[in-house]
Parts: sequence; C-alpha cells; structure tokens
Amino acid sequence: MLKSLAPRLLTAAALMAFSTSATAHRQWLLPSITILSGTDSWITVDAAVSNDLFYPDHVALQTDGIKVTRPDGSHSEIQNAATGRHRSTFDVQIDRPGTWKIGNASQSYRGSFKLDGKDWTVGRRRGPAAQQPDPQHVTTIADIPSTATDIKLTEMLNRNEIFITADAPTTDVLKPAGHGLEFDPVSHPDDLVADEAARFRFLVDGKPAANLKVTVIAGSQRFRDTDATLELTTDADGMVTVEWPTPGIYWLNVTATDNQSATPNVTERRMSYTTTLEVPAP
Amino acid sequence: MRPSHLFLLSSMIAAPATAGTLSISIPRLNVAEYHRPYVAVWLEPEEGGPAQTVAVWYDVKKGGAEPGTKWLSDLRAWWRKSGRSLSMPADGISGATRPPGTHRIKLPDNLKPGQYALRVEAAREAGGRELVTLQVTLPNGTAEASGQSELGKISLSR
Repeated sequence: MLKSLAPRLLTAAALMAFSTSATAHRQWLLPSITILSGTDSWITVDAAVSNDLFYPDHVALQTDGIKVTRPDGSHSEIQNAATGRHRSTFDVQIDRPGTWKIGNASQSYRGSFKLDGKDWTVGRRRGPAAQQPDPQHVTTIADIPSTATDIKLTEMLNRNEIFITADAPTTDVLKPAGHGLEFDPVSHPDDLVADEAARFRFLVDGKPAANLKVTVIAGSQRFRDTDATLELTTDADGMVTVEWPTPGIYWLNVTATDNQSATPNVTERRMSYTTTLEVPAP
Repeated sequence: MRPSHLFLLSSMIAAPATAGTLSISIPRLNVAEYHRPYVAVWLEPEEGGPAQTVAVWYDVKKGGAEPGTKWLSDLRAWWRKSGRSLSMPADGISGATRPPGTHRIKLPDNLKPGQYALRVEAAREAGGRELVTLQVTLPNGTAEASGQSELGKISLSR
C-alpha cells in the first residue's frame, strides 16, 4: 500500500507545483527592439518566467519550442540560444522586410484514468517526481491504453508570441489559424503609439470571444509605486480597447476556459495567449 | 510625374513663390560627443490622407553591416507616418546630415492648397530627439515655432 501510494503523492505534488507556478508567474519574451529600418538587422530576445515584468528573477523559459515565422510565412531559426539560471536569450536575423512572428504554441494534456481498478495519471511532469519510476503514469494521451476507463483530461493550449517589423508592417503572420485562443489585432502590434488607443480582438477557434479577461501590464514596476495593471474584458465582438497610460513595453495576457476540445474525454480546455508590445512615445 | 517646364513656368508667373521656404535651425550643442542629427520634414494634410515627406537628412555615406539607414527609425514619428514605406535614398528628398546653423528648404510646388501640419523631427546619436509642429495653410501661409533642445527656430516664409 505504502509502496504504491508514495509515487502517486509525488505525482500529485508535482502537478500542484506546476499549476501553482502557471498561475502565479508570468511567461515573457522581451525583444531588444520591435521596429527596424532596413533588413540588415539582428534582434536579441530574452525569455523568462517571473512575477515582475521584465525582471528575470525566477526561471528561464526554454527555447526549444520557439518558432520564427517570416513575413511570407516561411520559417527561420533562432540563433545563439543560451539558457542561464533566470533567463534564456536568443537572436533572430531579420533579413526580410515586413512583420515577423516569433514565439511558441503548445498543446498539452493532463488528467487521470482507471486501468484494472487502479488510478493512473496522464501528463508531462517536472521536478523531482519526474525522476521517480512510476508505473501508474503515462506522459502523453497517445500512451493511454485502449482498455482504460474513466478517462478525464484537461487540455492546455498556450501561445506566447512577439512581432517584429522591418520597414512597413505587413499582416500575413497575424492571420488566425482558427484553433484555440488567438490574437486578431485591429491595431497592428508594431504600429502602436502611446497617445492612440489600440484595439485588439481575441478569437477562440476563429470566432470572436466575448467576456475574456485581458491583462495588460507595463514593464519596470520596480520604478513605480502604483500597480499599473490594466484589467480589461472583451466585448461582444471579442474586442478590447487599450488606452496606454505611458509609453513603454507592455505584457499582454488573455485566458479562456471552455469544454470545446476536439480531443475525446477532455472535460476542460484551458487556453492562454501572451504577447509583448512596444508602445513608443508620440 | 514631374510637371512640364511650361507648366512650371506658367505657375511661377501666375503666383510667384507659392511653395514657401522652410528655415530650420540646428542648435550648436556643448556636448562631449556630438553627431549631426538625423532630421525629417513632412506634411500631414489636416483633412486626412497620407503624409508627404519633404526632406530627410541622414548618414547617406555610411555603408557596411550597419548602414546609415539603420537609424532612420529613430525618427520615430516620421518613421510611422511616412518613412517606413519609403526607400532610401529618395530622389529630391534625402540628403546628408547638416551641421549646426540655419538651413533653408523649399516646399514642393505641387501641394494641394489646404491646411497641413508641418512637422520637423530631429534625432541625434547619443543625444535626444525632438518633434516640432507648425500648423500651416498652403499656399502662401507663414508660421513659426521653436524647438527646446534638438531643434532651434523653425519658420515657414513665402
């Protein structure tokens, strides 16, 4: 009894630790610059997870899943990637005019099922528990045996993207894929200015998503006394209007929860979209 | 797209000096590291429509891995309104940076009469950036304004 319970407790602890860190900390990608003149440029990006934006003081964001999309939809690679204790960093050569997209989109699951009367868990695990052999655990949903019963899954879809523009902005990389929670900006993300309100629409599965909570936070909180977090809600058309309090770099995050997953046995789908926006002074 | 010489001649006879001359003064600054500022001059029609660049002064000679065009986006207001959709060098528009002193440029002859915001923006390497706006009526309008740091007196005369 004890023998079988111990790994399960560890698993539960690991899952709890993961979910806590997902809500308490913020993932961010911080580009050195978003607006460029000409196509002779390189940008460098910091990637981390922390509470205060944009101070790397918690854990680095892994760069494995980072994809670079050129203005014409073709893909490029990140270069010189390195991961330190508190942040990762990588470079991207911006060698074509137009708007580029850099970021990651992940889809993962976690949950449980029963097999021969025993409880099993599903999901990628982190931390010390991942090192422990646990016969009653599978990493992906493809590993769930066909004889499993009582399958209960949660799907997690996360996007974190930044936009870089050389010369005139283009919109090809902004076209929604029609799956999960997406950013459908009316104001181009590289055409913002502090004295003009920006309008951004959010879509779930390609349709405008009403009543989503949108959080917009200016960087450099260390130099302010007041918490400058803007809490906005999307209207019936999935739109928010952001009035920028000051010029600066802003972190924007939106979350949505529903049960509209295309995957069987998913009782809840949790979606998150994150971007970093540069808002120049007029 | 240039007006014919005949047209140019007739318009000059009919209404002399319609275009107006803009005088821009670049202040002499007492700083340890001085570089001549990048300067952009453009017109925004009050009724809306695209901005028209009149002049851009940048480091036209610098090439290599970091050409002079790399910092054109530091003229951030101009870059957003007009610069990012132009290609440099632009005939009759772009030129080399200029030293402290007063410089005169002619506004184009073919501007549609009306109200405009005439903007002058300067950005200096290892220095500041400033934007000065003159509300002008073209043709024949005059206006004057002054910058505080990177630009001196800006005036439009007939």
